[in-house]
Amino acid sequence: MPDLSITLNGRPRSVPGPATLDDLLRGLGLDARTVVVEHNRCIVRRPKLGETALAAGDSVELVHFVGGG
Amino acid sequence: MTGTLPATESALDTPLEIGGRAFRSRLMVGTGKYRSSADMVRAIEASGAEIVTVAVRRVDLDRSKDESILHHLPPDQYFLLANTAGCYSADEAIRYARLAREAGFNDFVKLEVIGDRETLLPDTEGLLTAARELVADGFKVLAYSNDDLIMALRLEDAGCAAVMPLASPIGSGLGLLNPYSIRTIKRRLGVPVVVDAGVGTASDACVTMEQGVDGILMNTALAEARDPVTMAWAMRRAVEAGRAAFLAGRMPRREVAVPSSPTKGLLE
Repeated sequence: MPDLSITLNGRPRSVPGPATLDDLLRGLGLDARTVVVEHNRCIVRRPKLGETALAAGDSVELVHFVGGG
Repeated sequence: MTGTLPATESALDTPLEIGGRAFRSRLMVGTGKYRSSADMVRAIEASGAEIVTVAVRRVDLDRSKDESILHHLPPDQYFLLANTAGCYSADEAIRYARLAREAGFNDFVKLEVIGDRETLLPDTEGLLTAARELVADGFKVLAYSNDDLIMALRLEDAGCAAVMPLASPIGSGLGLLNPYSIRTIKRRLGVPVVVDAGVGTASDACVTMEQGVDGILMNTALAEARDPVTMAWAMRRAVEAGRAAFLAGRMPRREVAVPSSPTKGLLE
């Protein structure tokens, strides 16, 4: 399967396919316990990350808590 | 407590209850703008705060190290209150609130819907819309508001767990600009009133608590102090002193002097 072109945190990115959201996090070296994943504007809960497949053109946001008032 | 000295500072007061949870400290602090994470952690410890606010932002994928604030603030030690800072519409704020809840700590949110980039004053219309939707979605909403009684009443009607009127604009350090408004809001609302934003130094915090409000949330006053840890120490005591003074009930203001020493028994 060819690479998947997705938008990750607002920037274009190529991901080796096939891939799930869990694969994406692993590839980025991120711990799923400290990140919240939004896939095409829908929040994906942690247990579902491994069963949610990425498709070309998908938009993914990875957010976490930072300092704020 | 009348006439007796409390054994401890906490005996002066009842716990602060918000959204069904009780908190010892009436001082809440933000985690932004500190010069270092070590400064932040020490200042928060010195403040005695239990509720600590955090923001939701994209993970910086260019950095190899995970910079999540949770590395510095153990969630079992602090009550993490996520904000929707930086949101300029109800829809954006709702999106951020849902992402924050998914992080899995609690269903509280400090709701901010900002209406103007220069003053960071709230967009009250968007705020009310977002508050209603988030309350319906099960959130405990603490709404950052202007110091307007009618808006505060509407936020309470919308089901907010607390209303957070400003003392003065975010990050301004101008102190409590309208004590009358804050007092009126406190007198008329049933839900807790926590003054958020604008406190610059300890006397501001003390005067604010003397209005009878339930608590204060501050960030810049600590983060931008030359010595954040010492300022946090001062703020903790100012909040406690202001609260105690409110509970004690101040003497009336008079336009004339009244002698403190007996007027009888003076020498002829």
